[in-house]
Formats: sequence, C-alpha cells, structure tokens
Amino acid sequence: MALEIKIDKFEGPLDLLLHLIRKNEMDIYDIHVAQITEQYLKIIDAMQELNFDFAGEFLVMASTLIHIKSRTLLPIQDDEEDTESEEEDPRAELVRRLLEYKKYKEAARSMEELPRLGRDVHARKFPSPEVDSEEETEFEEVGLFELVAALQDLLRESPPETFHEVDIERLSVTESLNSILTSLSGRQSLAFREIFSREPKRHEVTVTFLAMLELVKMRMVKLMQNGSHGTIWIFPTVDEDAVHMEISEDALGYY
Amino acid sequence: MDTIELQRILESLLFAADTPLKLERLAEMTGQDRKKVRDVLERIGNDLESSRRGIRLVEVAEGFQLRTPAESAEWVRLLNSTRPFRFSRAALESLAIIAYRQPITRAEIDYLRGVDSGGVVKTLLDKKLIRILGKKDVAGKPLIYGTSREFLELFGLRDLSELPSLKEFSELALEEEEDVEQPENVASGE
Repeated sequence: MALEIKIDKFEGPLDLLLHLIRKNEMDIYDIHVAQITEQYLKIIDAMQELNFDFAGEFLVMASTLIHIKSRTLLPIQDDEEDTESEEEDPRAELVRRLLEYKKYKEAARSMEELPRLGRDVHARKFPSPEVDSEEETEFEEVGLFELVAALQDLLRESPPETFHEVDIERLSVTESLNSILTSLSGRQSLAFREIFSREPKRHEVTVTFLAMLELVKMRMVKLMQNGSHGTIWIFPTVDEDAVHMEISEDALGYY
Repeated sequence: MDTIELQRILESLLFAADTPLKLERLAEMTGQDRKKVRDVLERIGNDLESSRRGIRLVEVAEGFQLRTPAESAEWVRLLNSTRPFRFSRAALESLAIIAYRQPITRAEIDYLRGVDSGGVVKTLLDKKLIRILGKKDVAGKPLIYGTSREFLELFGLRDLSELPSLKEFSELALEEEEDVEQPENVASGE
C-alpha cells in the first residue's frame, strides 16, 4: 500500500507506530513486526532525505523494532517451561507502551473538549496586578555603560558655552552631594535627571555626576533602572536620619 | 440574615472576586454556616441555569465562580482581540500525562510519550499549569511535577477527580478503536 504520511504531524515514534498500526488495520496485540518495521524505516529514510529535524527517539525506536523483528524471526527454543516463553513475547513491552501512550493521547483529546476558560467560557477579567506594579518592581541594577550613556546624553544636551565669562562658578562635589541628599530626604527615589538643574552646564553635570558616584561608593544610594534603557533611579540605601548627615567640605578630597 | 440578603451578598462577592471563592471563605465572610451558604449557592446556580442567563455559577478549583456559558463564547470573544491560547498536541499530551499520573518525573513523561518533553514541560511551568511538587527520593533526586490550581481553573474542573476517565484499551475491541480514531484523522488533517 502507498504510504502517504505527513511526518511533522507525529508527536513521536509511538505516535507514528500507532498510526502505522491503524493504517495497516492491525491488531495492536498482534503487530506484524516485519511489515511495520519496513514501513517505519521507510518513513525514517524519508525524514532524513527531507533533512527533517527529527528527534533521535525515532532512531531508538527503529533499532527497537529491528531488535524485536530479529527476535521474532528466531526459532523459539525448546523451553522447559512453556509459561516463560509466553512471557517473552518480544513485542510485549512495545505493546504495553503503545497502549499506555494511546491512553494519554485519548485523554488529551478529551481534555481538549473540556470547556476551557478564555476559549469556551469566560470569567470576569481584572487588570493583572503586575501591570500596575511593574514600574516599581522590575528594577535592575544599572550597568556601567547605561550610566555612561546617561552622562553623555546630559552632556550633549548642555548648551554650548558661547559666552566668555572668566568668572567660574565654583561648585564643589561635597555641596552637590549634600544637595542630592537633601533632595532625597523624605522621598523614596529620585530620577537621575532630577539631580541636575534644568539646563545644566558642563561643569555642573560633571560635579553632580561625581557626587552621585561618590554616594554610590559610600553605599548611601543605589542606582536602579526600569528594564534596560529605562529611567535610572536613585534610591537611598540608608534610613532617613542618616541621609541628613552633612559631609564636610574637604572629606572627599575634591577641590 | 435572611436568605434573600445572603443571596444578594453572595452574588456580589462572586461578581467582584477575581478567583473562584471557596465555600469556607464565603461562609466565613458572610458569617453563615457552610450548609446554608451551599444551599443558597445552589439556588443561585439553578436560577441562572434554568432561566438561561448569560452568566452561570460553576464550581472550579474547589471554589465557586461566575462564568459565561459556552454558548456565548462566540460573542464574548469579540471583546478580546487576542486569540485564546491554543495548546500544541505535545503540550496537551504532556499535560494529560502529568494530570493523570502525578506526581511524575520528567523521565517518566519522556518514557510515556516516547520523546523528550523538556521544552513542553518548561512551557507548562511558565504558564503555571503545572508546578514542581518536590524531589523524588531516588538517585539524582529528579523533580516531580503535578498540576496547579490554574490548571483546574483553565479546564473548569472542581478537582482532579473530575478529569475525564481514562479509557482502558485492553478492554476495547479493535473496531471500536477505529471508530474513536477516525475523527482524529480529520481533525489533525486541518
């Protein structure tokens, strides 16, 4: 008989065997191993020819079939005990597995028929709590490159220095550090941009950035981010009272 | 609290809840005994059923929930742009094996299906339909799996005893099997 089989439809070797048995109208308890093996191998060959990415289990089953076939071809030895030779039907294990598999295949089909939530029956929908809290919970630690990118963004935005004032405004890291701490007090977090003024000049960016890094180094704040490329947030890691401590001007060694 | 009042409160609770509510919980919330709550729930259920209403009271995952009947599915689906999650055959087969044979290890699932089930098991875990029950006390301490509450909710089952009964094929004649198999051919040929 012609074999027209769509190989990608089989969940595995057991599935394929069941199909062949049905197709050949065989009794599952009395499989003609030679015939089945021949067809099975043909399909395996076809699979290989098509470069079908099939599971190694198909090959294991092929060798099992060949093994069973060879055993059925061997003349049954004269056994002292008849019962033992009956137990040793080489097909028995395979039949057991086929029946067991068939059982669950059928069960899967009955489960498919059950009224399924979201398909056949519906319950009320509620916005999943994760959607709301995602912003708060899905923080990741900020990587160095993200931080550098954020700094570069800021620097790019800072206005080109067109005027020629010689009077440089003296900003200290310590001052800036204290001002970050002040902004942080009473708050749970600060967005990275919030510690800078609206249009920060280059030296302000540098000093404030340094101050922020100092705070991280001192483990007084930690930087977290919503997913990659998300907003960078500054969180205090110490309790409120400690945030209020003042750091003296020369403690950090910047001048 | 009279029955009418209890009925009103129970209906409100069922409507506002996002998961099936257990009988014990309903009894506790209303301060009524379970027997009375169960009676009223039954009445609510029967009322909805007999007057062919657009919501029904179902018992799932050992609790009670209001759901739309299957006859309305076509219309309810218009509300959602997303298509309902469809199971692959591999996923459904593995899920069936886990449901009926739990607690079960990966190796046992693989053996029953005759193929590696690692990917499918992971998907089912991700979808929270199965869960890890623990480790089997044999060499290698493999994980053992079972189905979850979400599984019962998805398939509308009160508990595992409501799973469709397994057919034992050793008792079936071949012709009968043929009959059973036939529709599958059509279905899988889509």
